[in-house]
Amino acid sequence: MPDLGRYAVEVLSAYGMALGLLGALVGLTAFKGRQVRRRLADAEARRRG
Amino acid sequence: MIRLILRDVTLAVRAGGGFGLGLAFYLIVVVLTPFAIGPESGQLSRIAPGILWLGALLACLLSLDRIFALDREDGTLELLATAPVPMEGIALAKAVAHWLTTGLPLTLSAPILAVLLNLPAPGHVWLAASLAIGTPALSLIGTFGAALTVGLRRGGLLLSLLVLPLYVPTLIFGAEVARRGAEGMDLSAPLILLAAVSAGSVALLPFAASAALRVNLR
Amino acid sequence: MSQAFSIWSYANPTRFMATTERAVPVLGGLAGGLLALGLIWGFFFTPDDYRQGATVKIIYLHVPSAMMAINAWAMMLVASLIWLIRRHHVSALAAKAAAPVGITMTLIALVTGALWGQPMWGTFWAWDPRLTSFLILFLFYLGYIALWQAIEDPDTAADLTSVLCLVGSVFAVLSRYAVNFWNQGLHQGASLSLDKAENVSDVFYYPLLVCIAAFVLLFVALVLARTRTEIRARRLAVLEARERME
Repeated sequence: MPDLGRYAVEVLSAYGMALGLLGALVGLTAFKGRQVRRRLADAEARRRG
Repeated sequence: MIRLILRDVTLAVRAGGGFGLGLAFYLIVVVLTPFAIGPESGQLSRIAPGILWLGALLACLLSLDRIFALDREDGTLELLATAPVPMEGIALAKAVAHWLTTGLPLTLSAPILAVLLNLPAPGHVWLAASLAIGTPALSLIGTFGAALTVGLRRGGLLLSLLVLPLYVPTLIFGAEVARRGAEGMDLSAPLILLAAVSAGSVALLPFAASAALRVNLR
Repeated sequence: MSQAFSIWSYANPTRFMATTERAVPVLGGLAGGLLALGLIWGFFFTPDDYRQGATVKIIYLHVPSAMMAINAWAMMLVASLIWLIRRHHVSALAAKAAAPVGITMTLIALVTGALWGQPMWGTFWAWDPRLTSFLILFLFYLGYIALWQAIEDPDTAADLTSVLCLVGSVFAVLSRYAVNFWNQGLHQGASLSLDKAENVSDVFYYPLLVCIAAFVLLFVALVLARTRTEIRARRLAVLEARERME
């Protein structure tokens, strides 16, 4: 852990918030993708019989 | 096209057309401002150009969703689309009618309301001039926004969300002209830029608005 | 056969799905790896700036996200134009997919900028031209996304949002200049400017480059993944509509 001096709070919260936002975006994209993929597979299966 | 403008103006002025609403709203905004800021006249005169511009902009926003919504409901818009007038012409006529019923009265009443906010004397002329040049851009941008949202049932709030960011350049230049006018500074640069925004809007936005209308009438 | 080498062949949804199937995990993995490399390099192995202290480390997040916030809008503009001119559905859906990524990048740039501004300028927010333009860009993204969500018919939504994107681009550029003008008009000479890559020394420059590359890859991977989801969602909507008819 590097010494962040008196700016530790700002630097760490900037990293935390940015990575949090990126994580939320990636997570949401993956979740939505999986959900739609599953529902589409269901619909295709129903269609075939 | 001139018939269309006249028709829209007549409809707006007639009872229930909402002609006076924008003006009344403008008056109320100006009256409420001192209650929020405090009655000190020096402070009021400093923020007067900005408040008068912002109030005019919001009053303009109020009547935007009426531009196409009523005509859409009773089928007039479909008839207009088949009329031997280009769609761009219809969009422009609608914008002109909106300006005549909103922008023009706002421009004329602004110098009078400016007295309430203690705007310094040379500012009145420039406030009116900046509104006269800037409000056509507001009407045209609003017509474009109204054309985008004409097919939606509850488009009013969305319309504001779409239109307000587009109003930023007009507001900046317009309020700057009024502010510099009130302080007696050189204002040719913002005035020319404001005129450029308006002229560009007149030239280009009818095409964008008519493209949106065509999509919505498909 | 010459068709096979044309970029327009990717406008075919089936072909697009087949090609991007493998690309998303590869690009995503690469983006994650580079991001980890760049951020660890920047966070642990670069010295503090003599003026800014440790806050200089925020640059590795701030500059790439700000770049991608603008590039995402530019990509949406190009995709919208392609949709309006050539009517390729994949293009319209790619524009739709890019908007949430773009707004997140804008938000990251604003937040990291505010956290850097607090110790350096003594305030989270200043009405500096560059900051203000980003706030306006954020509003444009909001309007664009709201319009997509408000319209039910997908082709109408694609058309209207594309027109909005075109007009919005013109006004966004206009706002950028207007805001520049406005701030100079208000605060003569008291302009705050962010450090740009060109006046950053080499120690900070290389990890920054790595982070920029990581953000670009991440953006591409996310947009591809979201576009795939949109294509599937479109097909799902068609199937469900057909089921209701039967």
